[in-house]
Amino acid sequence: MPVARVAVPTTVDEAVQALRETPGAQLLAGGTDFCVEVNFGLRRPPAVVALRRVRELRRYEVTPASVVIGAGTTYADMGGPELSSVLPALAAAARTVGSPQIRNAGTLGGNVATASPAGDTLPLLTALDARVRLRGPSGGRTVALGEVVTGVKTTSIAPDEVVVEVVLDRRPGPQQFLKVGTRNAMVIAIASAAVVVDLEAHDVRVALGSVAPVPVRAAAAEAHIADAIDWRAAGGPRASAAALARFAELVADAASPITDHRSTSEYRRRAVQVIARRALERCVARAA
Amino acid sequence: MPREERVPREEREEGAGASPGRAGAGDASGGVPAYVQADTYELTVNGTRRAVEDAWLGESLLFVLRERLGLSGSKNACEQGECGSCSVLLDGVVVCACLVLGVDAIGSRVETVEGLSAAGDVADIQAALVDAGGVQCGFCTPGFVVAVHDLLRRVPGADEMAVREALSGNLCRCTGYGRILEAVRDVQRSRAGSDGGHGAGA
Ligand SMILES: Cc1cc2nc3c(=O)[nH]c(=O)nc-3n(C[C@H](O)[C@H](O)[C@H](O)COP(=O)(O)OP(=O)(O)OC[C@H]3O[C@@H](n4cnc5c(N)ncnc54)[C@H](O)[C@@H]3O)c2cc1C
Ligand code: FES
Ligand code: FES
Repeated sequence: MPVARVAVPTTVDEAVQALRETPGAQLLAGGTDFCVEVNFGLRRPPAVVALRRVRELRRYEVTPASVVIGAGTTYADMGGPELSSVLPALAAAARTVGSPQIRNAGTLGGNVATASPAGDTLPLLTALDARVRLRGPSGGRTVALGEVVTGVKTTSIAPDEVVVEVVLDRRPGPQQFLKVGTRNAMVIAIASAAVVVDLEAHDVRVALGSVAPVPVRAAAAEAHIADAIDWRAAGGPRASAAALARFAELVADAASPITDHRSTSEYRRRAVQVIARRALERCVARAA
Repeated sequence: MPREERVPREEREEGAGASPGRAGAGDASGGVPAYVQADTYELTVNGTRRAVEDAWLGESLLFVLRERLGLSGSKNACEQGECGSCSVLLDGVVVCACLVLGVDAIGSRVETVEGLSAAGDVADIQAALVDAGGVQCGFCTPGFVVAVHDLLRRVPGADEMAVREALSGNLCRCTGYGRILEAVRDVQRSRAGSDGGHGAGA
């Protein structure tokens, strides 16, 4: 058997070339999903392209209209001061991931490529209609996140493609991410929700995690609450208790949770409406 | 010996939480990717270059440290990032050694619990854990020592919440954590007392 080689590229183009010239090679970023699978005999990579040295992937750029985040950005970076000031809900999600050890290693690109229903960055990315930039041997393409994450742990990323960065539009207004699990640290979400309120467009975006095969938008809940909010109320937008209750019901309707070893479908449906409503109430006051 | 590896060391500031550059500039290099062999390579562990031989690609850094380099301080309890007993510093950042491929640590600085004090010596964190009764079976202890070392180096005066947060990835099945937290407070107190409040040092 030939000795396995590990590519240690320093640029995205080198990484793509290494994938092309090394049959069966698999991308390795922070290893927090990859290495668990290797340790448990679920993955036996014949060759590896290690991305840790690709500095290009760790960059992020904030412009007035958008935030571009490199795939190699760690949770520690996402939760840091710069990104949390422009994407507070992504930072909040990042801070709930695993433990300090996991947050120092795990990356945004790895979360997207793993495409777990419980991937904690995915609800906010879904709420903001994230675009994913990929690069492969024939060049780059930009695809909506919903076209990348196609099912439970399945994606449309080709074996010779690298996730380069994620592009998010900035929205003027508050945003929140909440997640339910068995403890406050080191926990995979039983249910999660991201809420983004746009104070200029007067719209609300809600995306749910862990309650469907892929992250889902609660479109009916979004439309209902955008209509029901008094956007011009003195002291900021507010919604009535009845409107918030209806919002929660519509959120629950958008969920199609399963029962598994972590929770039941009933609990997930209940939990997701409670946290979505709570997240909304942290963005929009309840009318007296 | 592996050929010259083009593996730049991460230039992150130790513990600074990373300050990645700005996107968009595009990297100048259009070079060819470098490769390393997964069976024979060198790692820099606790400041010393160590040869790894006859390795398999899928071996974790934890396995390599324990089984190939004889550094059994880092413990293997879960192999899935859940318990923190394998905590090491990789380029100054605390990670689970069970989730790093050994070969991916080439060119990086690896610091293990063995490197936190001179051979035969006991670091103040270790002594405090023993004194406070924060060690029972001791299996979790090396991981806690590395995590506490990392925290107090970055944030010498970390408050209770920050300490709990920093140790949330380290599990102990014996002590109930109270005495471990007490040990951290003891270290903070004695370091503050011994050199004017910023004793974390290096
Ligand atoms: C103890 C523990 C706790 C965890 N807790 C959470 C949690 O709370 N929330 C959560 O969402 N996740 C959690 N995870 C899962 C994991 O940390 C995340 O999914 C993480 O984002 C994976 O990123 P990574 O860089 O470690 O990816 P890796 O493990 O290196 O790779 C994962 C997959 O993505 C592919 N990949 C990586 N980067 C790219 C790229 N740039 N382009 C294309 N493919 C790529 C790899 O080939 C591989 O298939 C946890 C994991 C552990 C071990
Ligand atoms: S052995 Fe690595 S975290 Fe448990
Ligand atoms: S002392 Fe036994 S696990 Fe912590």
